[in-house]
Amino acid sequence: MWRFVLPLVLALGLGVLLYAGLHNDPKNIPSPLIDKPAPVFDLPELNQPDARVSTGALAGEPYLLNVWASWCVTCRQEHPILEAFARQGSVRLVGLNWKDQPDDARRWLSQFGNPYTEIAVDEAGRTGVDFGVYGTPETFLVDAKGVIRFKHVGALTPEVIAREIEPRLAAMRAAGGS
Amino acid sequence: MRVVALLAMALFAHVALAIEPLPFKDEAEQVRFQRLVAELRCTVCQNQNLADSNAPLAKDLRLRVFEKMQQGRTDAEIKQFLVERYGDFVLYRPPVKPQTWLLWFGPAVVVLVGAGLVFASVRRRARALPVDAKGIEDSP
Repeated sequence: MWRFVLPLVLALGLGVLLYAGLHNDPKNIPSPLIDKPAPVFDLPELNQPDARVSTGALAGEPYLLNVWASWCVTCRQEHPILEAFARQGSVRLVGLNWKDQPDDARRWLSQFGNPYTEIAVDEAGRTGVDFGVYGTPETFLVDAKGVIRFKHVGALTPEVIAREIEPRLAAMRAAGGS
Repeated sequence: MRVVALLAMALFAHVALAIEPLPFKDEAEQVRFQRLVAELRCTVCQNQNLADSNAPLAKDLRLRVFEKMQQGRTDAEIKQFLVERYGDFVLYRPPVKPQTWLLWFGPAVVVLVGAGLVFASVRRRARALPVDAKGIEDSP
């Protein structure tokens, strides 16, 4: 009896495992930076050449760091969702313009609209590498203490915002009282 | 002779294409660099290593590796730099730790279990054979 049941159970188990694996996105590499302090940066602002965007200045309240570039096709797809989310004004939305030409970036924003509170220019891509960026768009949720709490690779969707970002933000507000 | 040279060039063209010229101070340094980037995974094009990939990010990361070598960092420190940012995933040889035991030892366990099953089955069949069947081929 067992000689027939056991292989069947093993085969079914393997089948379930492999089937679940089909729905795993290999592009989604778990970030080692979750629950670690966000890498320190101090970069020029895209629209105000004299201003800087830095981790020091951003500390004190949670913010969403969205890594984007004008050459990134998925960023265009994500853009209306970011715009809608920015209109709610529930969190500071910081852009990190990664490995891009500032002129191209400004043109892109004037064409589609600018959802960001401020935009850091990372033309050489070094800050992006510090954040472990490998595919734009990527979005990091950083709390008031400057600790990365969540990372999303790929375009944000209303579902991701509702399921992953908003509950975390609410918890931060409740804990931090800001 | 010229044909051989051309063939050799064609054969190694992919290496030359991806890697930009870097100011190595000697051959040993270059060999060390090549070995290091061959063991690091490009996270954009996941089935390529940093040595083969011509993705812009891979190029940046190669430069960072070279930079760290110039600063006198060890191979372990350079790998650690990338692991802190991209996770163990960047290493083609992931470290042995509880989460990777299955990865490292799983195949050996499967082979041992399989060998055990075969051994048990062979023994059972040998015992199941009638005693006088043993000499069956010799009998006229």
